[in-house]
Amino acid sequence: MFATLSQRLQETMRRLRGRGKLTEADVAAAMREVRMALLEADVSLSVVKEFTSRVRERSVGIDVLQSLSPAQHVIKIVKEELTALLGTEVPRLQLAPAGPSVIMLVGLQGAGKTTVAGKLALHLKSQGRHPLLVAADTRRPAAIQQLQVLGERVGVPVFTQGDRVGAVPLARAALASARNEARDPVVLDTGGRLHVDDELMQELEEIKAATRPVEILLVADAMTGQEAVSVAAEFHRRLGITGVILTKLDSDTRGGAALSVRSATGAPVKFAGTGEKLDMFEVFHPDRLASRILGMGDMLTLIEKAEAAYDAEQARKLEQKLRKLDFTLEDFLDQMKQLKKMGPLDQLLDMIPGMERMRGKVDLGDSQRDLKRAEAIINSMTREERLNPHVIEGRRRRRIALGSGTRVQDVNRLLKQFDEAKKMLKHMAHLERDARRGGRLPRR
Amino acid sequence: MWELLRSGLAKTRQQLAAALQGVFGNRLYVDEAMFEELEEALIRADLGVGTAGSVVKAVKDRCAQDRIGDPALVLPVLQVELAARLTRAGGVLQLASRPAVLMIVGVNGSGKTTTVGKLAHRFRQEGRRVLLGATDTFRAAAIDQLEVWARRAGADLVKHAPGGDPAAVAFDAINAALARRVDVVILDTAGRMHTRSDLMQELSKVRRVVGKALPGAPHETLLVLDATTGQNALRQAEEFRAVTQLTGIALTKLDGTARGGVVVAIADQLGLPVKLVGVGERIDDLRDFDPEAFAAALFET
Ligand SMILES: Nc1nc2c(ncn2[C@@H]2O[C@H](COP(=O)(O)OP(=O)(O)OP(=O)(O)O)[C@@H](O)[C@H]2O)c(=O)[nH]1
Ligand SMILES: [Mg+2]
Repeated sequence: MFATLSQRLQETMRRLRGRGKLTEADVAAAMREVRMALLEADVSLSVVKEFTSRVRERSVGIDVLQSLSPAQHVIKIVKEELTALLGTEVPRLQLAPAGPSVIMLVGLQGAGKTTVAGKLALHLKSQGRHPLLVAADTRRPAAIQQLQVLGERVGVPVFTQGDRVGAVPLARAALASARNEARDPVVLDTGGRLHVDDELMQELEEIKAATRPVEILLVADAMTGQEAVSVAAEFHRRLGITGVILTKLDSDTRGGAALSVRSATGAPVKFAGTGEKLDMFEVFHPDRLASRILGMGDMLTLIEKAEAAYDAEQARKLEQKLRKLDFTLEDFLDQMKQLKKMGPLDQLLDMIPGMERMRGKVDLGDSQRDLKRAEAIINSMTREERLNPHVIEGRRRRRIALGSGTRVQDVNRLLKQFDEAKKMLKHMAHLERDARRGGRLPRR
Repeated sequence: MWELLRSGLAKTRQQLAAALQGVFGNRLYVDEAMFEELEEALIRADLGVGTAGSVVKAVKDRCAQDRIGDPALVLPVLQVELAARLTRAGGVLQLASRPAVLMIVGVNGSGKTTTVGKLAHRFRQEGRRVLLGATDTFRAAAIDQLEVWARRAGADLVKHAPGGDPAAVAFDAINAALARRVDVVILDTAGRMHTRSDLMQELSKVRRVVGKALPGAPHETLLVLDATTGQNALRQAEEFRAVTQLTGIALTKLDGTARGGVVVAIADQLGLPVKLVGVGERIDDLRDFDPEAFAAALFET
């Protein structure tokens, strides 16, 4: 299968790192790899060409800094150019000081505009604003209902006049209503359309003329391929995009579309959608995405997630138990629950530097399933059984399997896993104690 | 009759020739630069670097073997190569069973519900009795959306309340179909990211329940793929295949400028055929997949 962008760049870089002096041929070889990696990551061909030529230009005949080898220097340039392309600023919404600011969401069908509208409303509300959602998609079946449900969930009113009123008069009426009700900002959820559909693109131009939005945000699917450039360029040409919202970043896409869209419009990516839930919406951090692309892992996000899920008191108790070696099935379950709180395992693995190479080697789908199964099994045990697993003989195993909807083999496997975990912990504890005696580990 | 067919074919050939003009036109020799341009055209169509490279290599080998020096003759070679990769996997919908059960799966927003509506319409036009199962109980107003399509197409609908168990909906839909002597059941599943193993497990459970309700079902499990998707489509196809044993792909939104070339990679590497193509938002904007027309469109500028 194809390697990830981070893998490829890392490999190229490792090869470069191994050399003392950088020749033109070295740079050319590196650029071939970078080109390939970026293309596999769905960065559009034209952007790739521009990017590699810029890096090549800067790489050949560079002034080698004292502290860097020529190879490291190329890596530095790749990183700089990538970050520059993604944008170095942390972008904000430009809201007008007075009167309702109109935020217009536009994009292709299925990009995720309606969900983004709900998320954006929640985000604005949490900043103390009083947004109004406008159901301006009158074509797709049940698009209005969808926005109404989302509006209700986030507690934001939804303006609609049904699906018989044209989008332009509807937008006008919505703006008037926002003025009357003192709602601000006004979020327009427009219907999805193809960038080559002249009639529908014209409708957007008319909505723009009628409502004078302060922000026109292009909602773009992060999994988009080579098309990203022409789509973004056309929306930009007709409307003047002020920003981009990148959706579905919770997929395992390499996200090259972000580079394409950015370079086609010059507009910054302002937010990122990372899941179906309405709070899975983040301010976009270009530097984080750049380092994720480069395989440095998104450490910041990981640490934040770990901190949110981490219960210090529980951790202290666990450590004590480990010392006393009475780690029970109940603790095992607690540990699993904490892990689960941190989010899908594969998403986490991707954030740890170097870990993306584990993809494919570890069956993450399975481990996630195992987790659920283990939880069901342990929940079907009596308290006595959880504290003293050795009492679980054949009959109890059958009962537990039945109770948890699993098979006896699953129960057996879990008990074995637990046993192994315990052995490993014991071993680690011994090692640590020995080391401490020998003075090799600092006392905590 | 014969004349009509021949002129039709000629038109297709002309279109293909015109489309490839950019790469093959104004060239006197078959040379390295031509193959490079060819490769770039394929990459721009989202075939991916690997597949584009292997297609070009195959064409190159063939040209060397047959001593083809005229750029105009490279065209049929390429056409044959692409069509062969696309058709190797087969491609006709299996509707022989009664009822035939179709499960429609895919990531969020790919066009599942619309495709379900279009399919229902097609089957109704063919005089079949159709029942839709609203197995997307999760997304806001997903059931309302399917209800509109059911009404438009003239199909029955089985639904539960929002938030219900999708497997239970599927079970009820099949039992209703058996009781009402329905010909085709189409299950509209919720969009899910292929990276979410919990949601993928849910899908595999729906599939299991379908098989229990009616042995042999589902007879088709179609992955709905947005033609604007890039190389991630391969990952989607792999992951969905792992939990649902996909039988084919419905490629949507081909009415835009996206080429959907990644399906060549999918057919090549995973042996999954494209069975249907979506070309618009209206109820009759559904086509059978035509590999030749598709190959030609890959090069349109
Ligand atoms: N232009 C065009 N638009 C399409 C096509 N198929 C679907 N769409 C549009 O794509 C958008 C999403 O389609 P849906 O059918 O709701 O997609 P879905 O996969 O069911 O979405 P979720 O259930 O939310 O995951 C809608 O606006 C459709 O009208 C197509 O072939 N061409
Ligand atoms: Mg749907």
